[in-house]
Amino acid sequence: MINHSEQRILMGNEAIGRGLVEEGCTLAAAYPGTPASEILSSVVAFAKETGAALHTEWSVNEKVACETALANSMAGRRSAVAMKQVGLNVAADPFTRATYLGVKGGFILIAADDPGPHSSQTEQDSRLFAHFAKAPVFDPSSPREAREMVAEAFTLSEKYEIPVMLRPTTRVCHARQNVACRPPQSREQKANFEKNPGRWVATPQFLTELHRLLNGKLDRIAKEPAFNPVLAPGGGARPQTCIVASGVAFAHASELLDTLGPEGRIDLYQVRLAYPLHQPFIEEIRKRYEKILVLEETDAVIEMQLGDGLVCGRGSGDVPRQGELTPDVIEEILRKFLDLPAAPAVSAAKKGIRPSLCAGCGHRAAFYAIRDTFPAGIFPSDIGCYTLGMNFGAVDTCHCMGACIGQGAGFYHAYAAGGTDFPTIVVTIGDSTFFHAGIPGLINAVFQGARFILVILDNATTAMTGHQPTPQLGVRADGSEGRKVFIPDIVRACGVRRLREIDPYDVEAFTAALKEADSFIRSPEGGIAVLIAGHPCIVNRAAREAQVVFAMSITDDCVGCRACIDTFECPAILFDGEENRAGIDQNRCIGCGVCVHVCPAGAIRAEGEKR
Amino acid sequence: MKQQIVISGIGGQGVLFVTRILAVAAIEKGMEVLTSETHGMAMRGGTVISHVKVGPFTSPLIRTGQADIGLFLHAGNLEVHRLFLKPGGMIYMNAAKGGDAEAIDATRIAREHGSLVIANLVLLGFAVRQGRLFCDLATVEAVLKRISPVEQLETNLVGFKLGIA
Repeated sequence: MINHSEQRILMGNEAIGRGLVEEGCTLAAAYPGTPASEILSSVVAFAKETGAALHTEWSVNEKVACETALANSMAGRRSAVAMKQVGLNVAADPFTRATYLGVKGGFILIAADDPGPHSSQTEQDSRLFAHFAKAPVFDPSSPREAREMVAEAFTLSEKYEIPVMLRPTTRVCHARQNVACRPPQSREQKANFEKNPGRWVATPQFLTELHRLLNGKLDRIAKEPAFNPVLAPGGGARPQTCIVASGVAFAHASELLDTLGPEGRIDLYQVRLAYPLHQPFIEEIRKRYEKILVLEETDAVIEMQLGDGLVCGRGSGDVPRQGELTPDVIEEILRKFLDLPAAPAVSAAKKGIRPSLCAGCGHRAAFYAIRDTFPAGIFPSDIGCYTLGMNFGAVDTCHCMGACIGQGAGFYHAYAAGGTDFPTIVVTIGDSTFFHAGIPGLINAVFQGARFILVILDNATTAMTGHQPTPQLGVRADGSEGRKVFIPDIVRACGVRRLREIDPYDVEAFTAALKEADSFIRSPEGGIAVLIAGHPCIVNRAAREAQVVFAMSITDDCVGCRACIDTFECPAILFDGEENRAGIDQNRCIGCGVCVHVCPAGAIRAEGEKR
Repeated sequence: MKQQIVISGIGGQGVLFVTRILAVAAIEKGMEVLTSETHGMAMRGGTVISHVKVGPFTSPLIRTGQADIGLFLHAGNLEVHRLFLKPGGMIYMNAAKGGDAEAIDATRIAREHGSLVIANLVLLGFAVRQGRLFCDLATVEAVLKRISPVEQLETNLVGFKLGIA
């Protein structure tokens, strides 16, 4: 029976946030990214609720977040930094050196992986990154376990003065479970930075020794009895074989073996610390079993440490080398491994509806004008809601945070090398992405003489990950006021000489500005022209209610050409195939009026102000 | 008792809120619960699904052919997510006509009461009233009162009650 007063239903990310607050974390920094975004907002909420004093921040990017948290740890205080897996690529520099130098106050880097992927640009396994950086890594199988591992990670980090990674996956981050909540521990953690240049400055002459110390720490951690994988015995039914699993793959496997009844009886080990793998365990199971099935996401980290010969896994082809290990995939693997008949095949389901920019989204208006003005243009873009511009041909590339600006320059140099003529390159980047990694690219492009139009899609929020504020809004993670940092100031400071700010809802003015920008970039004194397309995200209710609302309709002039459907893709415009005409879905239309510009037959009408 | 439920819809219809209501209702009943949700880009109008598993489970995901109940906020998703239902599993669907599913035109009812956003609760009320879900009307109503944002509470209760009626 569950005790109501202590149990709460928490999402994995909330459980991690709760754990950080309860375990006396004094600084938590993050940059939003699915599936990690809710970790920091939970820290903020639980700190408020419990009165715990800690510094929280949405940092400008993951590298800065990691460095900020590391210094707080150097001052002897518990610290955490949270990010999605590709955020770790951005934070790679501070993180890889941090293992050599070590930490003082417990330090946890939370990297949330996304097997599948559901909302990411790679399927990379952060545990492999931990192995590369020589950091211990916990691999939770449930929200509750993720919460427990926060405590274990802090303890381990402080015992060995080593940064520790907690690696949940999407299915842990976005699972909900009842989790016991306790009051936060009170810990004396006064800032006390002890100077030690040989360690904190560590020039190359110190590093071989630091590396030796690090290797020694890992050897000792690999012998810590607490991290010996936990055995759920199979009762001797299949004595020569076992399964070793970690993360949510363990949770799936454990439940599946239960449902298989007597035929599912087999020794099942759960690995909680995926690296370094418990050394005596490796020796023992290599002696005891003839065949070992390894189930882990997303790459072969445990498998690699177990060594050759006995393992059925990714190397042997028994486990798919890409994609998510869903319960259905694991069932197939298990049945084959246990020599059971395959489960009945299921016919493939129809694909769902693809995501699309919201009705009334300012990005759609900007994209429409860009593609309409430059039909032969090249459109590098970036990561955010606006990647969805690909649905209607206004986004040609999406690579990694901030890449579009470097790509804009690269495309310019590629075409300019062939002569004087070059296609118009229109780069689109969101406001938050511009702060994150766009600025160095812009300085470089200006200095290297690239010529393109940069459109900063400023919707005054980090929309896709759940509306975290950018530095321009002047609101910090905890709601307190911060000094605003303005995008136009940054653009000018990067050396840009042509800057205009326009609301993309005004399609005519925006189109004129694009044409003017094109003349500028092609003029003898030209360079980079920046347009800031400012329109607040209409998911923000206050912003939506503040704008003019038109009553939209489509008249009998509609000829069924589908231009509005194919070039604009507004979810509020539907096509009736039987009647061969378009219509407005009044349930979804917010009356922005932008689509009036889209219809070649002039059949879309915006009347008055509805409100 | 063990029960596996899928909630299917498109981003913006309130699949996550229904998921949370059922999860909290399970706790109220003193039962273990695990859910899994869709976040990120798919929430921008794309197809989304939540899994709710009540009882002693360890995996947050429902396998093909294992769900006891499906709540479909978008009828078009039936072809996408029906495969999660076990033979004989119950389907409650937001549609004017349901075929072999139990249907209620939640969107129309919600619109008639001036707030499309409560279509999810109309369907939830309808589904709970059928008596096959692990939770009863009183429990769900109490949860709804507890977790609704203050300014939305009254509208939410209207939606839920319209579904029951």
